[in-house]
Amino acid sequence: MSKRLLLVVSLLVFASIILAACGGASLECTDAIGCVEVAPGEPITLAYMLTTTGATAFLGEDSLGGIEIVIADRGEFLGHEIELIGEDSLCSAEGGQTAATKVAANESVVGVIGTNCSGAATAALDTISSAGLTMCSPSNTAPALTDDGPDGTWQPGYFRAAHNDLFQGRIAADFAYDILGARSAATIHDGSPYADQLQSVFAGRFAELGGTVTFQGAVNVGDTDMRPVLTSAAADSPDVLYFPIFEPEGPFIVAQSSEIEGLEDTTLMGADGLLVASFAGNSGANAEGMFLSGPFLSGSAYDDFLAKWADQIGGVPPSGFHAFAADCTNMLLDAIEATAQVGGDGTVLVGQQAVRDAMAATSGFAGLSGNLSCTPTGDCATGEALGVFEITSAEINDGNWPPEAIWTP
Amino acid sequence: MLTRTLARLSWVDLILRVFQIIAAIVIVIGIVNVFRSNTYTSNQWATLVFAGLAQGSIYALIALGYTLVYGILLMINFAHGEVYMAGAFSTVFLAGYFSNTGFLQSSPILAIIIMIIFAAAVSTAIALLLERIAYRPLRNAPRLIPLITAIGASFTLQYTFRGLYGAEFKSYPQVPALSGTVNVIGFDVPLVQLVVFFAAVGLMIALYLYVERTKSGKAMRAVSEDKDVARLMGIDIDRVIVTTFALGGALAGAAGVFNGLFRPQGVFFFMGFFPGIKAFTAAVLGGIGNIPGAMIGGLMLGLIESLGPNSIVEGLGIPSANQLKDAIAFSVLVLILIYRPQGIFGERLAEKKA
Repeated sequence: MSKRLLLVVSLLVFASIILAACGGASLECTDAIGCVEVAPGEPITLAYMLTTTGATAFLGEDSLGGIEIVIADRGEFLGHEIELIGEDSLCSAEGGQTAATKVAANESVVGVIGTNCSGAATAALDTISSAGLTMCSPSNTAPALTDDGPDGTWQPGYFRAAHNDLFQGRIAADFAYDILGARSAATIHDGSPYADQLQSVFAGRFAELGGTVTFQGAVNVGDTDMRPVLTSAAADSPDVLYFPIFEPEGPFIVAQSSEIEGLEDTTLMGADGLLVASFAGNSGANAEGMFLSGPFLSGSAYDDFLAKWADQIGGVPPSGFHAFAADCTNMLLDAIEATAQVGGDGTVLVGQQAVRDAMAATSGFAGLSGNLSCTPTGDCATGEALGVFEITSAEINDGNWPPEAIWTP
Repeated sequence: MLTRTLARLSWVDLILRVFQIIAAIVIVIGIVNVFRSNTYTSNQWATLVFAGLAQGSIYALIALGYTLVYGILLMINFAHGEVYMAGAFSTVFLAGYFSNTGFLQSSPILAIIIMIIFAAAVSTAIALLLERIAYRPLRNAPRLIPLITAIGASFTLQYTFRGLYGAEFKSYPQVPALSGTVNVIGFDVPLVQLVVFFAAVGLMIALYLYVERTKSGKAMRAVSEDKDVARLMGIDIDRVIVTTFALGGALAGAAGVFNGLFRPQGVFFFMGFFPGIKAFTAAVLGGIGNIPGAMIGGLMLGLIESLGPNSIVEGLGIPSANQLKDAIAFSVLVLILIYRPQGIFGERLAEKKA
């Protein structure tokens, strides 16, 4: 009995030595922070951390569609299928932390697309970074995320295709001051890091140009009656009212603004959070003549992408970040493709530091959202694909989308 | 005499009393400061008052659903916000259809009445389903269990509607016949706000008359007094409960359409959550279980929310006044409940039932 057992064990040992010799000898992990090994026949696993439930679920659906289209386009990748798994990171710090813990615990994950909200990313970053993963966000715009200084929260492995708010707040202020000729402005944010930082960049730049910021107020996510805050803003009758917030709070502001005495001559301005196909129709007649800053997506590649969306998912993307999600997925897959070692039997070894380095070295990547070049701290958008759009009655009444870009910096 | 009164006061009473006085002083200081600084014109205040009344009447309609069910079953139907959402969300498609075909423009009154009936029907159906599936099997369970079930039902409904209609925001169409303003005592008030306010008040009066004057209203009151005795008198308890849920549902559906007229934007699967909480607050404010209480509570809450940030908070020099809108509304709720724990129209029966 024991002799037979010994025989079996020694046969197994022998077999594994042989297998190791012919299969894995060329695949040795030399990466500084470790490797992910994908055995033959197993899929290469990407994870998403997006907000797929709750009030911001449309953002998650928008990004997820972008990721799925790219994965379907890529087909077989390094001889493997790509499997997409995901966690709901909500739009909150708790959600980001929970999703990151689950994703980091899964040893087969080679890269992460996410998160949607900056608050979720800040909470997720520590776990994702120390797990050696690389993460690319389609819609985080808070400046702190790619700042490695004392005020920043950047950690190795973090990248984003979405543009930093420092770009967007600045061009919005430039547009308001130089093109509209505004000399006084009021801002409204919704308490989210996104809106708060964007309005503060805007207000800072506007004051720097010589304008006066008359009011910086805030509403809560979920508020429906904007008349009180609009009344506060109206006290000084500003030339421009800048509210870089989301639906449904944005349309409430637009629709209710005409009731408030003192806002008759105020130009309304929003940001990319409102650059959504449903915004103009939802806001109604008051939206005519207002301006939105945001990503300026155009070209035949983008048209092809929209056609694929209509074909594979149906309809049009529900928000404005799907192109960044697609760019993130493509950049990440490119980085993996460029650095992975492929064994003779199809085993793939992905070096985690190598992927980060390859991502950081991305330069002149022709994405749907313009040319992307990553900085060492993960800012891949160059700000070139930003523009200011004017809402006209065609968008409000005839469903035309996107509106025409009337100004690019 | 004074010492005896003092001796009877416990420490808690004393602290509460001091707190009441301080709170009242703070509110008065805030209001006086704002009016002295003349930051806002009287037109701006009027805008806030009328918008607050329209909003309040919508809260009141939803609050009636909470109060009716509580009066009969002593149960808080936390899924009632979703009943409201169901009506509002389903009707947005009908409203869009009416607008595209021109029906809403050519005969607005008929179109809006059809919309209200449709929304009320959907909400009633959802409310009855809830009662039958989620609450009736638990009618004799401890009181916490239906409450937890209601929270579960609330999520189920939200995500069912998300599955049905998607996560995008929808809007009600503008009704041309309701745009424009009306001059009320020298102020220009949007017509739609007046229409919503008076229609809602009309529905509330109709409900009040139904409960007070009809036979099945009498049965409802009897069941609310004492279920067992009512059963002995030959009242079909199940039928009364079903009627109660149906009435609450119909009012919530109507509130959904009024909300769509007053504030067309932001129709989505999560839209019932905050109004549900606010309406519940309004019901407690007025005295839960009491019908006029829910009406007054809703109107008061709407006004406090609308006027609070610009008057009280700004006058005290607190930054980001508008983010504290809900904080104000709920602080006022706490204050009122300190003075009158049973709510403004507090039920005299409360102790016996609880």
